[in-house]
This record gives sequence, structure tokens and C-alpha cells, in this order.
Amino acid sequence: MRIIFILIWKELLQVVRNRAMIPILTVIPIVQLILLSFAATNEVKKIGLAVCDNDHSTFSRRLREQFLSSDYFVLKLYTDDEKAASATLEDDQADAVLVIPPGFERQLLRGQPSSLQLQVNAINGVKGGLAGAYAGSVIQSLRRDLSLEIVPVVRQKPAVAAPISVSYRHWYNPELEYQTFMVPGILGVLVTILTMMLTAMNIVREREIGTIEQLNVTPIRKYQFIIGKLLPFLFIGLFDLAIGLTAGKLIFDIPMLGSLWLVFAFCVVNLIATLAVGMLISTAAETQQQAMFISWFFMMIFILMSGLFTPIDSMPLWAQYLTIPNPIAHFVDVMRKVLLKGSGFDDIKDHFYTMLILGPLLISLAIWRYRKTIA
Amino acid sequence: MTHEPVIIARQLTKRFGPFTAVDAISFEVEKGEIFGFLGANGAGKTTAMRMLTGLLTPTSGQASVAGFDVFRSAEQIKRHIGYMSQRFSLYEDLTVKENIRLFGTIYGLTQRQIGDKTFQLLRKLGLSDEAKQQVGALPLGWKQKLAFSIALIHEPKIVFLDEPTGGVDPVTRRQFWELIYQAAHEGVTVFVTTHYMDESEYCHRVSIMVDGRIAALDTPRQLKLTYEADSMDEVFVKLARTTSLS
Repeated sequence: MRIIFILIWKELLQVVRNRAMIPILTVIPIVQLILLSFAATNEVKKIGLAVCDNDHSTFSRRLREQFLSSDYFVLKLYTDDEKAASATLEDDQADAVLVIPPGFERQLLRGQPSSLQLQVNAINGVKGGLAGAYAGSVIQSLRRDLSLEIVPVVRQKPAVAAPISVSYRHWYNPELEYQTFMVPGILGVLVTILTMMLTAMNIVREREIGTIEQLNVTPIRKYQFIIGKLLPFLFIGLFDLAIGLTAGKLIFDIPMLGSLWLVFAFCVVNLIATLAVGMLISTAAETQQQAMFISWFFMMIFILMSGLFTPIDSMPLWAQYLTIPNPIAHFVDVMRKVLLKGSGFDDIKDHFYTMLILGPLLISLAIWRYRKTIA
Repeated sequence: MTHEPVIIARQLTKRFGPFTAVDAISFEVEKGEIFGFLGANGAGKTTAMRMLTGLLTPTSGQASVAGFDVFRSAEQIKRHIGYMSQRFSLYEDLTVKENIRLFGTIYGLTQRQIGDKTFQLLRKLGLSDEAKQQVGALPLGWKQKLAFSIALIHEPKIVFLDEPTGGVDPVTRRQFWELIYQAAHEGVTVFVTTHYMDESEYCHRVSIMVDGRIAALDTPRQLKLTYEADSMDEVFVKLARTTSLS
């Protein structure tokens, strides 16, 4: 026990003595949190729209105005030349082209169906998909207005059956503020990555300098060494979570509906697994450079497959299974659920149990892989 | 000197793939002896020492250190030996006192023992004023003396020194050897590798390794007689030449 205490004391002392370390642990994560949270939103605004109006009618102009009255579309071209309209899509001036056919107004007034054409640039999948969806809802709303107006004029029974209206209510994020949604997830990623890298680099650095050899000729036990490396970085991770949450509250006013104790408790079990990954990396690397590249490899996979940007549910099944041993995926989900939705232990217990199995498993692997002898 | 071997090596061998770094060496080291382990760069000194300190598992042969087998009880050996590596390996960002406390605790000394040791050690090395300085700021010679003293902090039976005086000025080297003599006088067995042939004259017995084998092992005096040489330097050159010619 005394040995573990002295190792923790030594590790924390070294962190405090290292001049570069204090800003790395405090300022940099906050800067990242702010930058990423403002930039990484799922919202798509200012979609460039070219309108090819072959009808030149009141209705066609109303349709155009309907599009432009929302924040989502910006008119790039208004023409009756279909080729010119398509060209704007090709040379990237517009993201979508709306083609209004001749006789659009007439057909509607007679109660006949009419069709509009929408061409969308889908190179950016998210933007393309959302442009289509927004356009659909704009057209729907015009149709609803028109169906009410046309009926009395033509004195017919409504040709179109009263449309089923769908109203949206966004739960847990009513104002659709994406920063609110992104901050907890990004914070989870930052804490995980930072501590994982620190652990991996720290052990490899001792190997490079040669101090680890001095420890290896002492009667220190492997588990003492591993715990002595693990706990200091666990403290640092919790500390960073605390300042990150404070910054999130002060800057973005993120909701904290659930219990903060639960967040921190999950952070502990999650970090044990994360730090074990860092240790495993260090057992595979001879130099800090190697450790850096291996960490980078895991980092990319962990982040991109964490559900931070794209929902895990929409990944192929095999990829969904791959997210099970990914600590970041669990952390992001728990942070969002507890903070934004107010989930309790029961709602996140699967994540909890997964981590409780994964953590000790990875730690045992790290202890087994760590050698007091040289190859 | 009573016959009481504390290091016994028999046919000790280490191979790295096809390369044999240490080729079936056999020797014994007596308690309280200063045993010089000489050899050119790459002759296998460090490898041999790492096997005896439990840092490296031998390929074949037998060895026991302080009565413990290197294969079965490497961790037991570590309790009873001190080790100072070629590279300076105390924590440079910790102070003199903190390093003493760290290693003292790891070796299981009580708080009180550490306090006493710290006081003695600082006085002996004349480092009392530097106790709160980070080790990285000390001159190399002082660092080496400190590393040696910390290697002895748990009063081990044997201390292994891997080129302890590399890059150190002659005056400090002399002081360093005084520390070694003092330790040997107190009954500590000293196993030391070195490049400096004048230092080998200070050893009780010397072994010279060439290409993984022990080419000669005797007292410096006897070695000079056998090889008709005036100095250990000459002995070393003669030995290295004959083997490289054969």
C-alpha cells in the first residue's frame, strides 16, 4: 500500500513540475471544448438553391418565396433555363435545384396532381439528406395553404384529401441547440483521449529515459506499478471532467438534468478501461513516437465510431458490435443521457456493466503484458 | 577472506536469435569482494549483468545471486541487490530528498529509517545544501555518487555497477572509488563493469570478457605476471589481440 502511495505521489509531483503539463491539462481541453462545440453542429443552414421556373405563375413565385422565407435556403439563381439551373449544381454554386414544370398553377387549380423536381448534390451526405427533407416540408406547407384557399374558389369538393398534419416536438433539446447536444459528448471524448495518451506516453517515456529499468530491478510488484500509474491519471481525468463541466455550464449553459455523481462514477469505471488501453499501447511501443502513432490509430477509430457525430444505430451491424469495446462510445452516450435527458442508473446500467467487465479485463491484459524483464 | 561465494555462475548463456551474446561463462564472486568485469564494447558485459540482476532471463546455464536462483527467484534476488545502470536513472525532475524517499519506500524502509538514511547520505556526500534541488540540475559526478548511494539504501548484500564512472572527471572518479571501497569494507560485494583500465587495478579480482567468453580471470597482479605486462591496459590489449587473431 505504501509503495502504491509513493508511486502516486511521485507521478503527481512530476506532472506538477512539468511546465508544459499544466496548460495541457487545463487550458487546452477548454479551448478544444469551445472550438469543437461551436463548429461541430449537425445543423445545415444556407443551402444554395437554384430555381428553374417554367410556369411563371403566382403559385410558382409563392413556392419560391416559401423556400426563401426559411433560414435554410439561399437563392442562387432564378431562371427558366433548365440547363443553366443544372449547371449551378455542377460547378458547386448551388446545393439543390428546384424545377417547377409548366402548367403547375393550372394543374393545381383544377385539382390535378402536379409534380416538382428537386435535384440535390449528395456529395456531403448529411447536407444532401437534410436539403431534401427541408424542401419536402416547405412544399408540404405550401400545399396545405393552397388546398385551403383553392376549395372555395373552384367550388368543388377538395380534390386533395385533408393532409395529415405532422407536428414536431423536439424532446430533451427543445430549442434544437446543437451546442447543448455536442458539449457533453465532446467533453467525454476529450477526457478519454487526453488520459489515454498521457498514460501511454508516460510509461514509454520512462522506458526511453531508462528510469523504468531502475524500477524493474527493485522488488516492486507488477500490479503495484500498474496501479501506481493508473490512479494518478484517473485523478487527472476526473479533474478535467470537472473543469470541462464547469466550462460547459458557464459558456454554453448546458443542462445538467441527471445526477453529477452518476456522471463521475461512470467516468471512473470508464477511465479504468481507457487507461488500460493506454497501458497496452505502452507495452507495444519502444519509443514515444511509436506510442504516438499507435494511439492515433485507436483514437481515430474510437472517435469516429463513438456515435459523437453519426448515430451508432445507423452503422452496419458489424460496426455496432465494434463499438462495444470502445470506451468513448459508452462515455458519449452516458454523458448525453444523464446530462440532457436526466437518465438515472437504471437507464445506463448496461454501459456501466460493460465497463465493469471491460476495465478489469484490459487491466489484467496490461499487467500480463508488462514485463519486468527485457525481451 | 572466508570462502563464501555470493554470486555463482555456471555455463551461463544468453542468445538473441542466432547471436550468442554471452557464451557459457562460469565464475564465482566472494562476499565483500570487489569484482571487476572488463571487456570491450559489445563483449557481453551488460548482458551478463542483466541476467544476474533478474532483468534478463538466461537462455541456458545456471546462476545464483545472494543464494537465489536467477530462473526461479528473480524477484527474491531484487530484494538483496542494488543496481546502478549505465544510463543515469534516478528521476531528474524529483529532488535529491524525494528520490531517496521514493526508492527507500519501494525497498520497504520505514519512514524513520528513510529519515535517518537521508540524513546520513546527504552528509556523507556533502549534498545537504542541495537536498531540495532537482537532481537534473546536479553535475554528473554528483549524480553518479547519489545514484550509487541510493543503490545501497536498503543495505543490499551485492551491488551491481554498470560503468558507473563513464564520462566523469578523474577527481570525481577517485572519490567514487573511495565510496566503493567503503561499501566493500562494510561487507557489500561489488560487481563492477568498467572501461577504465586504471580502475581495474583497484579491484580485488578482474575478469576480462572477449566475444561473450571470459578470456581471463585473476587478481590484477597475477594477470600482469601471466601476460608479462606492466599495466592492466597492456593485459587487455594483448588479450583482445590474441582472440581476434585466432
